[in-house]
Amino acid sequence: MVTRGFTGRRPTADSASRIPPGQHEEHGFPVLSAGPTPRVATSDWTFSLRVGPKPVKSWSWDEFNALPMTTMTRDIHCVTTWSKLDTQWEGVLVDDIFAAASLTPPTEFVLAHTVEGYSTNLPLADLTGGKAMVALRYDGAPIEADHGGPARLLVPHLYFWKSAKWVNGLQFTTRDEAGFWELRGYHMRGDPWREQRFTND
Amino acid sequence: MTSGARADAQKWQEATIESLSSFSASIKRVLLRPSVWPRFLPGQHIDLRLTAPDGYHARRSYSVTSAPETEGTFELAIERLPGGEVSAYFHEVAEVGDSIEISGPFAEHFVWRSEQPAAVLLIGGGSGVAPLLSMVRHRAFVANASPMTLLYSARTWDDVIARDELMADESLQQRLRVVFCLTRDNARRAVDYSRRIDSEVLRATLATLSPELTFVCGNNGFVGTIADALVELGADAATIRTERYGG
Repeated sequence: MVTRGFTGRRPTADSASRIPPGQHEEHGFPVLSAGPTPRVATSDWTFSLRVGPKPVKSWSWDEFNALPMTTMTRDIHCVTTWSKLDTQWEGVLVDDIFAAASLTPPTEFVLAHTVEGYSTNLPLADLTGGKAMVALRYDGAPIEADHGGPARLLVPHLYFWKSAKWVNGLQFTTRDEAGFWELRGYHMRGDPWREQRFTND
Repeated sequence: MTSGARADAQKWQEATIESLSSFSASIKRVLLRPSVWPRFLPGQHIDLRLTAPDGYHARRSYSVTSAPETEGTFELAIERLPGGEVSAYFHEVAEVGDSIEISGPFAEHFVWRSEQPAAVLLIGGGSGVAPLLSMVRHRAFVANASPMTLLYSARTWDDVIARDELMADESLQQRLRVVFCLTRDNARRAVDYSRRIDSEVLRATLATLSPELTFVCGNNGFVGTIADALVELGADAATIRTERYGG
């Protein structure tokens, strides 16, 4: 349905093909979260891998920083309709985390957990094959607390709530278990190119 | 919400602009009448979609400001943003009788479920008061409501949207307090402040209300500062729900 009198502001030709439907380009970096920003000291931070309830491996901040680092430049897409192009991240690929734990993924589904008790669910296939990392640096500097520092998950090909801030662990689950936002009306997978914003999209 | 309600919510439907007026110099009051009325909860948003003749479309979320009990229309507060694509449309182009597409309601976290008795603190900055306004209005329909305080920061007395209504609500609704914090203007009432909402304002507020649930909405800097200050004053972070907009 055409809206009378609306012409809109098109993205530039260069970015048009990179902005998914219903999104617009944002040059700042908006902050969104469910509650107050937790302040996490790296001295208190640990990252753990679990299979079901069973802990498999955990790292301190220094140990985690000794894992192989990868840089990624990616476009990110927030479900609140902004997209930001060419964001630069550095961190540890999820593949490298599993390798460092000598872990062969035992199930097809993962819940990412965060320090303040939130979670988000992801199919394993969206985390592996170089597609996702636990990011420690953004734009050449440690990630600010508002943006999820000291560490956030980065799964740039899905809506950005899947890139959980303040991440502190991954847990394999036997089924695709809904995380915090997914229990509150958001889509289980969240592919921005298919506009999978809300539960039944 | 049931999954059936969600399925309906995500569909686009046509809504007619029934009324268009000014809440303040920078905020339009827009009344939308959808073809099919979906129930919503105070705090939820709807999404609007504007489509250009070539099919290009822009989509934005707006919190509903009216009470769920005011059935038939959604009231929205649309602030004019610098360089805004959708807000400029509502401030410059839209007319009563125009049709736009909407979907929703959405969101289940920044929502006040009044059936759970709990003292509630609402803190809004500028147009961030929008979802909180829905909560205050909804409260008028709730029997035996728990105490509620609205702390509302605006630049000036004339930037306070629904000001007269909120002051009337305060005398009509038991145990509702409304406090205006004017950042660029003099306080008009003894209970108001002529400054931004800072730790001292929050401390004084918490001396009169022990919130079991706090909703904070506004631009990112506003919400960040207030959520941090509340946690520093001893509030349980798990009881604070935030909604932020802007960079």
